This record gives sequence, C-alpha cells and structure tokens, in this order.
Amino acid sequence: MNIATVPPAPLDSEPVTEPSKEQLLEISMGPQHPSTHGVFRMKVVLDGERVVRLKPVFGYLHRNHEKIAESVTYLGSMPYTDRLDYMCSITNNWGYALAVEKLAGIEVPERAEYLRVICGELTRLQNHACLIGFLMQDMGSTGTPLMYAFREREKILDLFESLTGARMMCNYMRFGGCRVDLPAGWLDRAKKVIADFPRFLDEYERLLVSNEILMDRTQEVGVLSRELAVSAGISGPMARASGVDYDIRKVDHYSIYDRFTFRVPLGSHGDVYDRFMVRLLEMRESVGILQQATRAIPAGPIVDPKMKIRGFRPKPGEAYGRIESPKGELGFYLISDGSPNPYRYRVRPPSLINLTVLEDLCLGRNVADIVAILGSVDIVLGEVDR
Amino acid sequence: MNLEAIKSEIEANVPGCRLELVANPSPSGQHSLLLDGEHAVAVATYLRDAAGLRFDFCSNVTGIDWPGKEVSQTATARKIVDGLEQEVEEVGTTAIPGYLDVVYHLYSVEKKHGPLVLRMRTQDRHSGVHLPSLTPVWRSAELQEREVFDLFGVFFEGHPDLRRLLMWPGFVDHPMLKDYVDPDDYEYEPTAHDVVLRRVNQHRSEAGGR
Repeated sequence: MNIATVPPAPLDSEPVTEPSKEQLLEISMGPQHPSTHGVFRMKVVLDGERVVRLKPVFGYLHRNHEKIAESVTYLGSMPYTDRLDYMCSITNNWGYALAVEKLAGIEVPERAEYLRVICGELTRLQNHACLIGFLMQDMGSTGTPLMYAFREREKILDLFESLTGARMMCNYMRFGGCRVDLPAGWLDRAKKVIADFPRFLDEYERLLVSNEILMDRTQEVGVLSRELAVSAGISGPMARASGVDYDIRKVDHYSIYDRFTFRVPLGSHGDVYDRFMVRLLEMRESVGILQQATRAIPAGPIVDPKMKIRGFRPKPGEAYGRIESPKGELGFYLISDGSPNPYRYRVRPPSLINLTVLEDLCLGRNVADIVAILGSVDIVLGEVDR
Repeated sequence: MNLEAIKSEIEANVPGCRLELVANPSPSGQHSLLLDGEHAVAVATYLRDAAGLRFDFCSNVTGIDWPGKEVSQTATARKIVDGLEQEVEEVGTTAIPGYLDVVYHLYSVEKKHGPLVLRMRTQDRHSGVHLPSLTPVWRSAELQEREVFDLFGVFFEGHPDLRRLLMWPGFVDHPMLKDYVDPDDYEYEPTAHDVVLRRVNQHRSEAGGR
C-alpha cells in the first residue's frame, strides 16, 4: 500500500492504554551496535532519557572455550588463549603459562622473564592507548584520538610481528619460557619505540586531559564507590580509579616485577574521567618499566631446559594463577588428573566481572552516558563470552 | 596464612559448622576448605568481616564436574563348585556416586593476602544440586554463579537473579558436564539454493539433458 493512501487516524480516537504518569520505554542496545565493542546487548528501560533499568545480555560470542581446552593438550590451548582478549594476546599467554607453571612447578629462566615483562608492558601500552581512543570515538570525537592511538599501536604491533610472526595472535609464551628469542636488532628498535612513546603521551594529554567537552561528558559520570568495587571483584585500572590500591604486579610479586621501580596510579572519584586518567598515567609507568627492562635484560636460555614439550603431563593437583592483564585480574584455574589434557580449565575473565556493576553505574544517567560508561569499563567480547 | 589456623578460627567463631581440609598434591600448594551448605553463608560472612582475615575480594567462582565411577574389584571367596569347596574369584563393581564442586578463590584487598580456596559439594549431579549462593556476601559472585548454573546446573539458593548467562534461555542441558552430548536436532532450513537447483534441473531436462 502506498503511504499516501493510508488514511490518517482520527484525532478523537481513544488511546489504547491509560496514559500513566511515567511512560517507560524498553529499548535494546546492541548486539549490532558499534559502541558496544562487539556483540554485546543491553536491555535498557528508559523513562524519557533517564535509565531506570539495564540488564546486560551475554553469550553472542560464546564458543565454550573451557570445554574445548579440556579436549586438547595443555599446549594445545595456548594459541586459543590469544583469541580471548584479542587486543592483548601476549598477556593472555602469560596468564595461562603462569598457571601451568604453578601447577607443574616449572622455573622460568631470567631472560625469559625479561622477555615476558617487555612484551607484556608493550601490550599494556597499546591496549590503554587504543582504549582511550575507542572511548573518545564512542563519545563522538570522530577519528583523531583513535587514529593517534592506532599510529602508536602500529609501531608496537610491528615489533610483535618481527618477534613472534603475528601482529595480534602472537602465541608467544611456552611453559617455562618463551617460544623464540629476539631477532637481531629488535631490542634497539624496541628502545626507539619506547623512547618515542612519551612524546605521544604528551601529545595525547595536551589533546584530551583538559578538554572541556571531555570533562563535561565524563566527570561525575558512572561513579563507582570503593566499597562496591571491592565487593564486586572489580580489578585493574577500573578498580584503581575508584581508589582501590590493588595491583597484582605489586601484590603477588609474580615474575620479576620486584626488580623495577614503578608507581600505581590511583583515582579518587571513581568516575569515567578517573578511569581515563588512570590509564594515561599507567602508560607512563609502563614506559618506565620498559626502559628499565630493556637496559637490564641478560643473556641466557629462554626456556627451562628440563621442560618437556612433548608428552607434558603434570602430576594430579590444581592451581590458580593470575596476572595483572591490561583489563584487570586475568586468572586461570587448572586441574590436572595426570593425563595430557587438563581435567578442568577455567578462565577468570576480567572483562566479564568488571561488567557486574554496569547497571549500578548507569542507573539515573542519560542514554548517552551509557556509551561513555561502557567504553570506560574496557571490555573485549572474546573474553566476556569465551 | 596457614589453612589449619584459619579452619580452627572459623570453627571457634561459627558454631556448628563442619569444615574439611582438601589437600592439593600439586606444587602450587593451594589447599582448600570444604564447607557444608547449611553454614556456608555464615562462614563466608565471617571470612569477609573477621579483623585478622578480611577476605573481601572474591576473585574466581567456578564449578567442577566429578562424574560417578564404577570401580571393579576382585575378591576371592570360598564356594562349593561341583560338590567341591574351591576358591573362586568374584568380580564385583561398586558405584561411586558423582557430584559437582563449586570453588571460590578469595583474596584480601585490605591485608593483601590470599588465595583462600573454598569448596562446596552437591549431593549428586542431577537432582540434589542446590547450594547456598554467596552473592549476598560478595557481589562478584553474581555473574559467575549464573555461569556455573548455566554450564553445570548448580542451583544457587538466595541468588538475586539466577538465569542462564551464556546459553540462551530455551536451552535445556548444561554443556560443561563431562557427559554432555551435542544436540543433533538442528532443523534443516530450506534455502534458495534448492529452488535454484530445481529450476536448473528443470531447464536442463527441457533443453534435452545437456
């Protein structure tokens, strides 16, 4: 039927329902919404512009990573951990390798620990830079901050490519060490990238930190209290923005983080702006760690010579290992029954658990704030849904 | 912190609770405490609030499936066979019932210690799978207990919003159980391909089988 031929509704017709004082509108944000950073859906109930209820819906990217990992060997799931949080594959490898090393009691040579720290902190740099870019993109600053971040990320991914052969799916760690040693000249190139990085940070800070629109959109928005952050298991930069002084690099003393001096930036308001600032400051600390690590890296083997690659069967038992990934506390819980495959393999996904408080942060805010709040949580759906 | 000391401290402060140490032979040395369902919430609240412990950060919640096993054992018995008393080997099987474990990894943000591993155990794998929810104690268990419910089928009593997390609402089974079988009942969806193929075949037969 042609639109022009549809008769208009009579003006004096009865309304179908009694008009109530507040009319609630239920909308579905996602799963194909660009600002949800993947296939993530929120069922939002609105009163005008105000959020009354918000229920996240998960599982669009679920492939039961844990079940798959239980049907292959221990080393077989190492490449698959790259696909969890595909922005930071190396820290995922590290978390898994750390848990297996705890389970089987494997020592890591010193040079391999340095390689892990260097790659892990480079991963943190590119994750935080990109996250800030995405957050700005979500809030409408089209292009510029994200492209600046991607320009820097490109340099770091080039380093990863020449080291591991892949830009994003690095598959770099092995139990008891790393897969390959540094190629010739890599360390000098890395030093140059690291030395140039503070200039990008200065530029980024000048562009964003005192930007009036950014402050208006983010300050006092999505405030997370310290008590709720601890109770809800929030970890990583999001918890530290709420003033929770908890950095697993400092608490667990894993790897060789004891040897480097770095500070843990803390926020005091717990709003979106603090989460953004904590990440900016963390990048400066990571640059400091990288400068110390690239200066001090020793020569030596990169993998424990006693480590058996083939026929690797840890003794029965269980272990929970965790690291400070760029998103938060990334943990792996493994149970061995003495066979070549893990009996139970569990990923503790920081992205999923940081979403526990999403509704609390968004209640009473406007629709446009949801996008900023979700952007500041820093999720990757490959890890949320597993 | 010594797990034995924590165990005796809880037993002194939560009357009536039954705790059991579960040893872990791995080099990680992360032994765990098995709680009874009745007193789990009281024990968890004590662990969170006690001044010396302050386990305020519940990091990880997950389930483990231990299916039932049939253990066969051979026993020799004296029996009368063909009018003579002989030693006969008899093979008997005893069924060990299965159960589900739910594991909690606790840390302390205030005291910076951990992990403390808590376990709860169901009676069996299918019907007696009700356990108390620890979400009222630690909010971080909210989504993770939903995940355990979804993938293992443990019902958490007292959970504010116990729905499936990763699978869709109409799904019936629990995929992380060891005896889970993939469904083979996906409906055959007709596609345009069949229509096109039929037309092509018709055209060919009309064109003389070329």
